[in-house]
Amino acid sequence: MPENTGQTKIENPTFVIGVIRWIVRRLSSGRHALRRQTILKVGLIIVFLFILTTGLTQIEGLTPYHTTKYRDAPRLQGPSASHLMGTDQLHRDVFSRVLAGGKASLIVAFGAIALSMTVGSVLGWISGFTGGFLDRVLSLIMDAIYSFPSMILAIVLVAMFGAGIGPMIWAVGFVYIPTYFRVTRAEVLQVRETTYIEAIRAVGASNTRIILRHAAPNTVNAIMAVSSFNLADAILTVAALSFLGFGLPPPAPDWGFDIQNGQKYLQSGSWWLITFPGLMIIALSLGFGLIGEGISDLVNPKRKRKRV
Amino acid sequence: MGGISRYIAQRLLLTIPMLLILLTLVFLILRVMPGDPVLAMLGGRNVSPELIEEYRHKMGVDRPIPVQYAEYLNGIIHGDFGKSFRTNKPVVWELFQRFPATLELAAFGLLFAALFGFTTGVLAATRADRPIDHAVRIFHVGSFAMPLFWLGLMLQVLFAVKLGWFPVASRLGGRIAFTFEPITGFYLLDSLIRGNGEVIADIAKHLVLPSITLGFALTGLLGRMTRASMLEVLDQDYVTTARAKGLKERVVILAHALRNALIPIVTVFGLQFAILMGGAVLTETVFSWPGVASFLVRSIEARDWPAIQGSIVFIAIFISIINLIVDVLYSVIDPRVRY
Repeated sequence: MPENTGQTKIENPTFVIGVIRWIVRRLSSGRHALRRQTILKVGLIIVFLFILTTGLTQIEGLTPYHTTKYRDAPRLQGPSASHLMGTDQLHRDVFSRVLAGGKASLIVAFGAIALSMTVGSVLGWISGFTGGFLDRVLSLIMDAIYSFPSMILAIVLVAMFGAGIGPMIWAVGFVYIPTYFRVTRAEVLQVRETTYIEAIRAVGASNTRIILRHAAPNTVNAIMAVSSFNLADAILTVAALSFLGFGLPPPAPDWGFDIQNGQKYLQSGSWWLITFPGLMIIALSLGFGLIGEGISDLVNPKRKRKRV
Repeated sequence: MGGISRYIAQRLLLTIPMLLILLTLVFLILRVMPGDPVLAMLGGRNVSPELIEEYRHKMGVDRPIPVQYAEYLNGIIHGDFGKSFRTNKPVVWELFQRFPATLELAAFGLLFAALFGFTTGVLAATRADRPIDHAVRIFHVGSFAMPLFWLGLMLQVLFAVKLGWFPVASRLGGRIAFTFEPITGFYLLDSLIRGNGEVIADIAKHLVLPSITLGFALTGLLGRMTRASMLEVLDQDYVTTARAKGLKERVVILAHALRNALIPIVTVFGLQFAILMGGAVLTETVFSWPGVASFLVRSIEARDWPAIQGSIVFIAIFISIINLIVDVLYSVIDPRVRY
């Protein structure tokens, strides 16, 4: 594994600094970094634009019309010059609501991934490193969760936790824990057998030290790629939860919920209520997906050559 | 064949702890989290505390959690998933009633995904790095970002509301639903047995949009894997040999290359099926499809504990069985594999 031996030279004691250095190094130098950067760049730009737009539109007065209080538009009218994406049944401007409707998606996606990454990775390191009975039990539990449809599990969890941003973070975060557990455990198992870990142990390093300083940094590559794809998936999961009514309470603008609302006027042909929030979900999820593709190409240059 | 039956027995034993973990997890979450099934069932009406207590006792939720757990496990071992709080019928009955609808939808969704995924994958692989390859790859990556419920609604707007080619939702047209008597519960099969052309057409039409929606959950994944796997296979010597023998390119691609390229795809089918079941929740909800997944969603809304637990165990068992079948099939497709 030539990729990983290069990575072990990270000498920072903490994982976080390792991650930051990893990103900077990967983006700033190397032949691989230059080759497939477009996909990564496009993805980063999309996500950045979404964060910026969503952030700014939370401030009152920065959307064309107020997202909830403006009620003067004609009812259920298709796109026009004054209302770019039409109006809904409560005389509100769809465009303004679409611009501001990504708040829950972004917060929950990032929050959930942070949660599952932390819990999953730590459990994976411990499980992979200590082995034995604990490893077997943890693996069995994680496999059980992993093999079950994540969408169904997320719905059940959020229904029990209650609707809203906090519960959604817990529900979606819980569902992705096994992903990180599996990735880090597999990496640690590989690293554990290498001679340099043996050497460090011979010098008398403690287990905690070996995990944090030597085993964990080796898993950064894999975690970075996985988490981008996970974010893309989380956006869809959050949208689905909101669509089913477990998201933000009305009248707050939210893509998933607004689509559910638009469903009622589908038979009468009000296509704009559904179309535009959906396109936003696709674009944001695609942005994260492209970042994942880009990082995977960087981490594993062979992937590109084999055109996988 | 002694090896294979021993393998099946081993796999069945391995699924038991998995099911137990899932079951325990759901059981605990349901009991620890807020949301009282009794209050949910009585619907927030002004009810006396005595009535609530009475219902609590009748539903068995007033006993200590370990007792409830033991009773629940005991029931499942005997195939008893309890009675639904909502309908007061056995959960198993409710699930089997709806299972054919889900299975029918999943089968046609899978068919769509396979047809579309394999075709685009082979197309891209045989024209690697040409414009059509890039187009297909963008489509595959893009399909991962598609919210299924949105796709379903868009198909409804376009093909049902605007064009009127297909019905908006449900499994049957209103008039036919009146007279149609299912035999197996798989409506298309039933209508074929009965042999009424009008009914067959109606049922087939109702299947189209939901199948495309659900199938889309796997199209990109299958397409991508097909492409990658085909590229690998096309480099192999036996493909060169087949070409050197003067076989038609179509025969080389479909009979020699694709058959081998499919092997790694089939091995991960179990996981793909889990994705399909997840997609079924949204598809069934959007299309008012009376299946297991939409039953689960409605049970969640009503805090119908036995129904939620039962549905989840049911789906988990179903996925385990599919996994087992895939493993056994694997040895049929790839004769090198022996258990």
